[in-house]
Amino acid sequence: MNEQKVSITEPLSANRRVWNGTMRALLYIAAALICALLVFLIGYILYRGIPNLSWEFLSSEESVINDIEGILPAIINTLYVIVATLIFILPLGVGSAIYLTEYATNKKLVSVIEFATETLSGMPSIIFALVGMMVFCQALGLGTSLIAGAFSLVMMTLPTIIRTTQESLKTVPQSYREGSLALGSGKWHMIRTVVLPSSIDGIVTGCILAVGRIVGESAVLMFTAGMGMRMANFGGDTIAEFFDNFFGAAGSTLTVSLYVYAKERADFDHAFAVAVVLLVIALVINLAAKLAGKKTQEKLRAGNDKNDR
Amino acid sequence: MNEYVTTKGEKGAVKAGKEKIVPAAGQPAERIDSKRGVKDVMESVMRAVFVICGLVAVGFVLIISVYLIISGIPAIREVGLWNFISGTNWSPANRTEPSFGILPMILTSIYGTAGAIVIGVPIGFLMAVYLSKVANRKVAAVIREVVDLLAGIPSVVYGLVGMMVLVPAIRTTFNLPAGDTLLAAIVVLAIMILPSIISVSETALNAVPREYEEASLALGATELETYFRVSAPAAKSGIAAAVVLGVGRAIGEAMAILMVAGNVANMPSLLSSVKFLTTAIAGEMGYAGDLHRQALFSIGLVLFLFIMLINAALNLFLKHNKEGN
Repeated sequence: MNEQKVSITEPLSANRRVWNGTMRALLYIAAALICALLVFLIGYILYRGIPNLSWEFLSSEESVINDIEGILPAIINTLYVIVATLIFILPLGVGSAIYLTEYATNKKLVSVIEFATETLSGMPSIIFALVGMMVFCQALGLGTSLIAGAFSLVMMTLPTIIRTTQESLKTVPQSYREGSLALGSGKWHMIRTVVLPSSIDGIVTGCILAVGRIVGESAVLMFTAGMGMRMANFGGDTIAEFFDNFFGAAGSTLTVSLYVYAKERADFDHAFAVAVVLLVIALVINLAAKLAGKKTQEKLRAGNDKNDR
Repeated sequence: MNEYVTTKGEKGAVKAGKEKIVPAAGQPAERIDSKRGVKDVMESVMRAVFVICGLVAVGFVLIISVYLIISGIPAIREVGLWNFISGTNWSPANRTEPSFGILPMILTSIYGTAGAIVIGVPIGFLMAVYLSKVANRKVAAVIREVVDLLAGIPSVVYGLVGMMVLVPAIRTTFNLPAGDTLLAAIVVLAIMILPSIISVSETALNAVPREYEEASLALGATELETYFRVSAPAAKSGIAAAVVLGVGRAIGEAMAILMVAGNVANMPSLLSSVKFLTTAIAGEMGYAGDLHRQALFSIGLVLFLFIMLINAALNLFLKHNKEGN
């Protein structure tokens, strides 16, 4: 009866039905698998780590005599590296992005710079570790020190800052620039007073992402900044001594101390406690980057709306 | 404006002399001209500064290349290029008869990466389809957050969890004396490349024009047929870029697999302890001396060449992508 009619409600052929069913099942299996993995990973880290986490662990230096374990030195070293890296990376990265978006007229030079940036961003950290060790620790005579680690991280995180800054510079409406130039300001003056202030949140996003990479990095710092777990001496009695100590300080950051706990001391309880700290930092950085990124997006959308009208 | 003039005025006045300014008749005109001179100097100084900043990235790449080549060549010359890359025996610490063959590590790196891609890409791709097309928006947003968090977790944390969960599990399942195997490394790598594969392929899938999908649906294809036979092929260069990105990540990872792979330079097999190019460097640099140390730099050079090849492939796909759009 139905055979001559072609109906749009006609059921799919058996083959297609099987294919559809299989694909749908695969989709849900993949999604379920990944969600289960995520929940397990985070749950397991928290489950193993939180019982070993205490204020004392976070706020004290390890001491064999008093039987105290603590990661305060690692926290301070991590902060030191973050600040030192940002001090160098900010002007370099922002300047580079400004050159690429505002000044560059030579197409060949731009493509060379962009190729270099992409190469840097695809380079594995172990290469930065090797080169950092050779260049900063040995050739420049900085020795194994946090500052050498920071310099190596500058090489590694430069592309991150350049890319995010470039993106946010592109969101600044062209009319702002034209308005400023038409009023007689020079290019640098225009960049300083108009372009940079309106792209500040992109730069902030870049910094946050860079901090994320710095906190998560271990190979580079293991090679260049050392694996010592004791508090480095940052101070000194005379000014010269202070400079020597402050810029020569070496030690492990959070990730490196996790590695030392897990691999060299087989002290997994404390390794997981450090993992919880790192997890929390990753979470905070993610949220911060999202917030800053949202602002840029809104601006971009607002800009587009204006253009559409 | 005023602020600019007052703060830079004094300093600039000196420099202004160097600039050839033809003063026009009358006071006011001259003042404007001298200001312009200050500004011009400032402009060209800042321009130079920005050019230098722009060239820093190029400088870094040059430094990396030059240093890797300079320090990687000596050991290769000593051992012989062919012996170095095709030798199957890596025993650099052997006092009487040291041997520097990195073939096991090259193969391990290739197998490990291939394994991670084989596991990670299909799952990641399916997840991307799910997030981009099937899941409702709120669920997708939550999952996306967590996947992003996964990307932000340091690699040593993955190594730690792998060490505590995966390695014992492999040991008991396969009844091995030790669970530190290539398999463990592959699973850890697959998990670590998931976030980038998911997000890059999802972006590619989202960029497929709606008209393609609507046309396919209107012709009677089911939704799933549309996603897999229309959307996915349309997004294929983006997905290819995701795969290449995953390859780059996997081949360059060091710390996580250093903790789970066992670090013995065997020829790779799934259930044996292996050493990757990266883990050889990370694990042995601490105690290596003389030729051994130089050989590690040579391994760095080999790894660098691998990465440059992968980067070139990635650029190709991305360029193709841009043209496609």
